[in-house]
Amino acid sequence: MTPAAAIRSGRRTSHRKSAPKVAQSKLKIRDLRKTYGPVVALAGAGLDLSEGEFLTLLGPSGSGKTTMLMMIAGLTQPDSGEVWIDGKLATYAPAHRRDIGMVFQNYALFPHLTVFENIAFPLRMRRLPEADIAREVGRVLDVVRLPGVGDRLPRALSGGQQQRIALARCIVYRPSIVLMDEPLGALDKKLRDQMELEIKRLHQELGITVLYVTHDQEEAMIMSDRICLMNDARIEQIGSPADLYFRPLTVFAADFLGESNLFNALVEGETGAEIALRGPAGALIRVARDPERPAARGRPVKVMVRPEMLTLLADGALADNVLDARLTQVILVGGVTKYYARLADGTLVSATALTRGPVAGVTPDSPIRLGWSKASGVILAGAERPR
Amino acid sequence: MTGASGVPAEPMRPVLGELPHRPRPAWRRTWAMVPIALFLVALFLYPVAQLLWLSIFDKSGGLTGDHYQRLFLSPVYLQVLRITLEVAGWTTALCILGGYPIAYLLATASRRTRDSLILWVLLPFWTSFLVRTFAWIVLLGRNGALNSALQTIGLTEEPTAFLYNMTGVMVGMVHALMPIAVLTMLSVMENIDRNLVPAAATMGARGGEAFWRIYFPLSLPGVAAAGLLVFITAIGFFITPALLGAPQQTMIAQIIIQQVMEMLNYPFAGAIAMLLLVTAIAVFYLYDRALGMSTLAGEATTGQLGGGTRGLVGRVFAGIGTLLTAALGRVTDGIAILWEALAGGRVDRPPRASGRVPLRVAVVLLLIFLAGPSFIIVPVSFTTEGFIEWPPKGISLKWYWAMINDQQWTKAIFRSLIVGFFTACLAMALGGPAAFFLARRRFAGKTAALAFILSPLILPRIVIAVALFYFYARLGLVDTELGLVLGHTVLALPYVVITVMAVLKNYDQRLDQAAASLGASPPRVLWYITVPVIKSGLIAAFLFAFVTSFDELTIALFMSSGISTTLPKQMWDDAIMKVSPLLAAVSTVLLFFVTLVILTAEYFQRRAGAKR
Ligand SMILES: Nc1ncnc2c1ncn2[C@@H]1O[C@H](COP(=O)(O)OP(=O)(O)OP(=O)(O)O)[C@@H](O)[C@H]1O
Ligand SMILES: [Mg+2]
Repeated sequence: MTPAAAIRSGRRTSHRKSAPKVAQSKLKIRDLRKTYGPVVALAGAGLDLSEGEFLTLLGPSGSGKTTMLMMIAGLTQPDSGEVWIDGKLATYAPAHRRDIGMVFQNYALFPHLTVFENIAFPLRMRRLPEADIAREVGRVLDVVRLPGVGDRLPRALSGGQQQRIALARCIVYRPSIVLMDEPLGALDKKLRDQMELEIKRLHQELGITVLYVTHDQEEAMIMSDRICLMNDARIEQIGSPADLYFRPLTVFAADFLGESNLFNALVEGETGAEIALRGPAGALIRVARDPERPAARGRPVKVMVRPEMLTLLADGALADNVLDARLTQVILVGGVTKYYARLADGTLVSATALTRGPVAGVTPDSPIRLGWSKASGVILAGAERPR
Repeated sequence: MTGASGVPAEPMRPVLGELPHRPRPAWRRTWAMVPIALFLVALFLYPVAQLLWLSIFDKSGGLTGDHYQRLFLSPVYLQVLRITLEVAGWTTALCILGGYPIAYLLATASRRTRDSLILWVLLPFWTSFLVRTFAWIVLLGRNGALNSALQTIGLTEEPTAFLYNMTGVMVGMVHALMPIAVLTMLSVMENIDRNLVPAAATMGARGGEAFWRIYFPLSLPGVAAAGLLVFITAIGFFITPALLGAPQQTMIAQIIIQQVMEMLNYPFAGAIAMLLLVTAIAVFYLYDRALGMSTLAGEATTGQLGGGTRGLVGRVFAGIGTLLTAALGRVTDGIAILWEALAGGRVDRPPRASGRVPLRVAVVLLLIFLAGPSFIIVPVSFTTEGFIEWPPKGISLKWYWAMINDQQWTKAIFRSLIVGFFTACLAMALGGPAAFFLARRRFAGKTAALAFILSPLILPRIVIAVALFYFYARLGLVDTELGLVLGHTVLALPYVVITVMAVLKNYDQRLDQAAASLGASPPRVLWYITVPVIKSGLIAAFLFAFVTSFDELTIALFMSSGISTTLPKQMWDDAIMKVSPLLAAVSTVLLFFVTLVILTAEYFQRRAGAKR
């Protein structure tokens, strides 16, 4: 079926040509690599994206997110590696034949065409009859909740409206994958929150497959089925938001998403389902064993505990792990209260608790006890990630 | 009051008197525009108006249409008018056709490629029209390089007549004006969002369709602006038709010169100049109605013919345009598909040759056409013979010696340097503050003010020259350096204002605000912060103004004569007698001198741009 016919019949475009595929991934990337002179923009990345999934590339500036997206879209040529779209090799296929949709950061709406013509553009490229074009454009304008702006020029719309039109233009031809490069980057916070939900809604309603780019961790957590964390031209970790948050593999991952306490520790030994470590100031730390994280005896590691997993223990209360500390600061943030404390060896610790009325009884420099369960500690590989 | 630790012991207050509690008076806020406005009114607006007056009133003060009647009733002048429009029309068409690919490649190339290629447009842009015209005489003459090459290969036996006919004029004119077309189109194309074409590609548009449906319509305002500037410059042109054409190719500006210099019939010359002016203004008016003036300054464009409000005509044209671009897109892609089928596209290998190869080849050829010919005068200047021929015989410096030993030449060079220097100083003094004002303030009539300052650049120079000539005749300024400096300043001001404004556009005004908040008064902010930061841009503006004057012929033609000529005027006087190797030697010196100045200016401008 031609793309045009697919759009007309309202069916999803498919490129299956040869070889029967079982639960094939929409997008498959293998060892994708790109350098600009001495700069390595992407150092051999691999990724699978399944139908209907929302995957976010998250990472600091310059970590290679845009580079990867551009190579998937066919707008940049990789040095090596492979890109498979819908089970078809497309590494060097020209952009216009990939059946991919892309939303650019500055929207890239054509300034000389009306909103209607902008959205009609991909359909015209697919040689759809005029009547179908009118119907489809009307349909997506409804979907993005902007009916009746078809006659306007893009610059006569607000930023948020332009963003919606860019989305509409991208989904109108039902591309196999929608790529979005920081589509909300230019919007203010309030509009961002609104558009995040909007995109999420479109994703669920239309069942589209989305590869999204952002460097805002909150945005990534809210929207994604899975997050692909990138750092320094590499993929650091791929997993669900919960995975990344609760079970980060590296110090970078633990640091990038949310706040964390990182304790230097030495592995002392295993007893059944738990690992014993020697932590800061000689404290004993117990962590539940995780088969994916082998911890050899005598190895220096870092143990991560999220601040909200630490509790201020009342006198006599018990916990799997207990640290003695001195309080340095208490900050009421609003819904939560943050406690900052110092261990005997100087290590800083922070704990977050829900605010339950004014804090009383804790004054700076008073001794406190912090406790956490062995299930909420995570052992991270070494101090530095192996390169 | 600073303690031993270097920390102020108590707050240091800026030295302030009473704090003003009234807004600054209007004159304090607009003073920057006053000198330039007065200057342009006195030396540009008033003289041109006077010329108009002269052409429609007779000596006794009565209204007369005599001069215009003579102009329109004489078949000779009508023929000249026809030729002028014809030459200008063709020149415009060819300049755009050839200039578009260059501008397109420059606008879409990487920054490094662009920076190195644009020099090959800027150099001919700034190289004297005279030098470039001589180069064509050497290239295309009976014994010129082209004829001798053709005969050597055996393609022709007799020398072909390339010169002193329409071919010569067209080659010379297109060569002379194409840089203007390229730079104008480039300024619009650079404002086209680079993501638009990739966006179109992801939506399924092939290269051809993306270009014709998206890029081309957006670049149209640039095309129109380029056409406008080239056409208006062309109708007032005289150097090329005079040196490369035959009497049949006489253009209207030559008639003006003839009437002033030979017939001394000022009112009639005034009438012709007015006709030119009216034509220029009419073309402008049409342009403004169709596209709006702001596109001239390369401002963000919508590419929509007729602006926001489209009448019936606008809609019809837009409809035709859409159909045409769609058709062109399909044709281009048809060719591309054919090409792909022949070359074989593979998805598992990077494509071999990029689709831009033909474009690159075309642009390289065009750039050679633009920048190459001027250099032909270099070997010719070293000949031992007394006339110009190809290939030049022997090697000697005798023509350079002849130039240095001839007081006529050395004086002319000296005079041009002096006039150029003072022109640049005056233009900076008048244009600098105005540029600051225009770049930083928002006020009603800003576009009009900018248009007024830029109008000397846009109106045919010959009109300004003739108008100034009358004006000076009354004041006794003809044949004086002061007169030249004032006249050249009128022409140099637009360049200064544009260059300084461009630099200021990249200047982070928060630097000034920071300095002011630290206690610096406005003059101190300017002197200690702004000027040092944009110094490079100011030097570039100064050099552009200098070159404008140094190379100027039109005003100098009327305003310097006999023993007190400028270099271009001396060259012109020589050239209409005979193109000699001495002239080639002078041209070579001029070519390298101007090249050096422009490279320096470019260097400073880029430094200014890089710093931001
Ligand atoms: N065209 C280019 N030429 C040279 N270097 C480039 C080019 N494009 C990207 N790079 C380099 O490749 C690296 C990765 O860039 P990329 O744009 O993919 O980062 P990113 O993750 O998208 O960052 P951001 O969040 O800032 O958009 C950077 O170091 C960048 O400087
Ligand atoms: Mg990016």
